[in-house]
Amino acid sequence: MAELTLPKNSRVEKGKSYPLGFESKDKKGFSIYRWNPDDDENPRLDYYEIDLSKCGPMVLDAIIKIKNEIDPTLTFRRSCREGICGSCAMNIDGVNTLACTKSINDVKGEIKINPLPHQPVVKDLVPDLTNFYEQHKSIEPWLKTKSSAPDEEWYQSKDDREKVDGMYECILCACCSTSCPSYWWSSDKYLGPAALLQAHRWISDSRDDYKEERLDALDDAFKVYSCRTIMNCAKACPKGLSPAKAIAEIKKELATRK
Amino acid sequence: MTNKNKIKTSVRPLSPHLQIYRPSFTMMMSIMHRISGVILYFGSFLLLAWYISIVLGPEVYQLLNTLFSFFIIKVALFLFTWIFFHHLFGGIRHFIWDTGRGFGLNSIEWLARLTAILSFLSTLIIWFL
Repeated sequence: MAELTLPKNSRVEKGKSYPLGFESKDKKGFSIYRWNPDDDENPRLDYYEIDLSKCGPMVLDAIIKIKNEIDPTLTFRRSCREGICGSCAMNIDGVNTLACTKSINDVKGEIKINPLPHQPVVKDLVPDLTNFYEQHKSIEPWLKTKSSAPDEEWYQSKDDREKVDGMYECILCACCSTSCPSYWWSSDKYLGPAALLQAHRWISDSRDDYKEERLDALDDAFKVYSCRTIMNCAKACPKGLSPAKAIAEIKKELATRK
Repeated sequence: MTNKNKIKTSVRPLSPHLQIYRPSFTMMMSIMHRISGVILYFGSFLLLAWYISIVLGPEVYQLLNTLFSFFIIKVALFLFTWIFFHHLFGGIRHFIWDTGRGFGLNSIEWLARLTAILSFLSTLIIWFL
C-alpha cells in the first residue's frame, strides 16, 4: 500500500542559512537537503547564496562552489562532470536530472535540490541505491549465448545493431526509476524503468540466445506490469531515452509470443 | 579501541518524493485515470438502479427520475458523464501506447491534452445537444 507521507524520522525541517553578505545582481539562492548520519536530528533544508559571476554554468558547479567555499560538510556524488557517469543524479527544481548537465539559468529564482526521491539517504544528497543495483543485476545484463563461440567476435549487422539504439546509451543514473510513483510504492516487486530498459536492451540484442528465458523471468504480475505509463521516467531521463517505450515493447513481446 | 560494529548510526531517512516532485500534466492525467476508474465502479450502481427501477414498474421509475432531476444530483450526473468520457479516452490513449506508439515527448503531451479536450467536448455534446 502506498505511503503518501514521510515517516517521522524523515520529515524535513528548516535548516541553517548562509546569506551572501554583500549585494550582487548575480545572487542565486540554493535550498539543499541535508541529513547527517552521525547525529539524531531529522533532515533539514539549508539555504546558501552564491555569486553566479564567480561560478560555472551548471548546478554541479554551484554545489562544488558551496562545498569549497561555504560548507565543506555538504556531501554529494560526482565524477565526470559531463553527463556520462551518472553519479550526480539528484532532484533539482522538482525533477530528477544530472547536476552536471542542468544549467543554473534554467531555473528561475531559488533552486531546490533534494536527493533522488523515495530512497534511503546515506548522507545529504547521497542515496542508498543497493536495491536499484540488485534489480539491474537480476535481469542478467550480459550477453548469454547457446551457440558455440566464434573464432573472432560475435558479428552483428548494422540493422541489428540499430535495434539497441535508444537503450545502450543508458548510464544507470537512476533518475528514471526514482521519478516513478509506481516504483516509489512497490520497489520491492516492480523492477522499475531503468532495469526494464536494460532488460529490453538484452532482449533486443541479435547476438543473445536467451530472449525467451529473459521474457519468462519478467512474466509476472508486478515486475513489468506495475508500469502505469505515468511517463515521469521519459521526462526525467537526462540522456533523452524512453524507458516507458521499452517497457511497452516488453509488454507487447509478452502478449504476442506463443 | 572502538568496535566498528558498535558505532551507533541513525536509521536512514527516506528521501522526500510526492512532497517535492514537480507535478506535470501527464502525471495528473495518469492519477485522474485511476480516480475516474474508481468513481466509474461506484457510479455504475446509479445506472444499475435506473435499470432495476424499470423492472420494478412505472411508479419506481418515476420516483427515481424525480430524484435524478434535483439540481445537485444533476450536477453529480454531469460530472459523472465527464468522468466516464475521461476514462474512455484515457483508455484509448493506453491502447495506443500498448501498440508501442506515441511515446515521443511531444506525443505524450498531446495525447494527454487530447484526452482532456475530447472528454470535455463529449460531455458538453451529450448534455446540451
